[in-house]
Amino acid sequence: MSLLDDFFIRAIIAGIGIAIIAGPLGCFIVWRRMSYLGDTMAHSSLLGVALGFLLGVDLLFGVFAIAALMALLLFFFQKQKQIASDAILGTLSHASLALGIIVISLMTWVRIDINSYLFGDILSVEMSDIAWIYGGGFVVMAVLLKNWKSLLAITVDQDLAKAEGIAVTRTHLTYLILIAAVIALAIKIIGVLLVTSLLIVPATASRRYSHTPEHVAIGAAILGVVSVILGLMASMEFDLPSGPAIVLIVVSFFFSSFLLPGGNRS
Amino acid sequence: MSENTILLEVKDISLNYSGRQILQNISLSISAGEIVTIVGPNGAGKTTLIRALLELLPLEQGTIYKKNKLRIGYVPQKINLDPVLPLTIKRFMTLTNDYSINEIKLVLSETGVKSELNTSIYHLSGGEFQRLMLARALLAKPELLVLDEPVQNVDYLGEAELYRLISDIRKRYQCSVLMISHDLHVVMASTDRVICLDHHICCQGEPCDVSLHPEYVRLFGSSSNLSIYNHHHDHSHEVDGTIHEHNQEHKH
Repeated sequence: MSLLDDFFIRAIIAGIGIAIIAGPLGCFIVWRRMSYLGDTMAHSSLLGVALGFLLGVDLLFGVFAIAALMALLLFFFQKQKQIASDAILGTLSHASLALGIIVISLMTWVRIDINSYLFGDILSVEMSDIAWIYGGGFVVMAVLLKNWKSLLAITVDQDLAKAEGIAVTRTHLTYLILIAAVIALAIKIIGVLLVTSLLIVPATASRRYSHTPEHVAIGAAILGVVSVILGLMASMEFDLPSGPAIVLIVVSFFFSSFLLPGGNRS
Repeated sequence: MSENTILLEVKDISLNYSGRQILQNISLSISAGEIVTIVGPNGAGKTTLIRALLELLPLEQGTIYKKNKLRIGYVPQKINLDPVLPLTIKRFMTLTNDYSINEIKLVLSETGVKSELNTSIYHLSGGEFQRLMLARALLAKPELLVLDEPVQNVDYLGEAELYRLISDIRKRYQCSVLMISHDLHVVMASTDRVICLDHHICCQGEPCDVSLHPEYVRLFGSSSNLSIYNHHHDHSHEVDGTIHEHNQEHKH
């Protein structure tokens, strides 16, 4: 294996960019206990891939549009109390995944390797993807930082935040859109089935060594970057699909955080 | 600040929740410097009323007037504390606004929170956490403190102490206090006015008057605590133990 292989370097650079954004952003998925929502949005993005092919636009836009649409749908569904929100998530998650696979398999005129979208494909990363990841990532990060305090406040207590002048609905919606953006940016590297793990696992593992929210976020970014590098190297070395390789590395960090001493801060 | 400045006034507010009327034609006002306590049975709409006053809930009818730029310090009944999100005292105090270390230390000492700034808030006892919530509400230098059950998770002795603290704070900050209490008799000494709520306002006035009001007695019963206060009997006891209500017609 040569580290100088172009596609590999591109994948590493793209992966690092994704991990830096996904770590801090994913913290709120963990803190707000919405992992399943992240999953549902990610699963819906296969439909976005199909949409991209159908309309002939960059897949990034297709995925972003569908994930954002799904986020809004879920947001308004959660306002009603008749159906439990996890049941809604479960329904929409699988419905959108099924629909995505059906639509893609019906599009016989294009050859699509579904696996590469489900699990990520480092070979497919192009320079334009890197530009998108860093350009889009910069915007996502800027918006996240600007809303960090508000997000934290509505996570601790919605009423208290609202009484103290935080725009709760706007903050929440902004956050959902940011998740949609990161899912769209990350799809090529890690795939729709596994992208949530890059959002939630680093944040969860980092929690055990942190005593402020900001420490968790920085730790999550670092852990994500290390996992992406090691995962992609393993993927290259042993010819593994890149998404699962990254996920196994990050999950092994998660488990070892229980074994290592000092990991019981609260 | 004149005693009669009205900080907050609501007129005729009503609120339904999925078909059930929670608040019915409530009108009340809070003047500068006074402590007003809302009492009422479980499910009477006390928390809903407070949330409506803070404009956290949409109203069906009625108007809310607030003094221009009224600074409110709010302590909700319960906050969604989840150790999944690590928070130190310092970080918790600066959740929505930035305050200097000195400002934070001042309110902590005023409320008797003894833990260090870097202590995790999940390590605090129920009583100390209530004090921390109070301290946090003071950071905004409130003109009106809104406290939803400020003495919950606090033992009986601690309750009296917390109410004394609230009285002290009122003097020091020259603020008004609107609070919910489940026990009129503990709060009696430290409140100016009591509003007895059961979806509508049953009665209101000075604490000892309210404790005797038939509506109050209907809701809470004439608990044994009552006997330690002076009150006018609305009934008399016969030697054999039978009770005669004065408002009934007696055939002796």
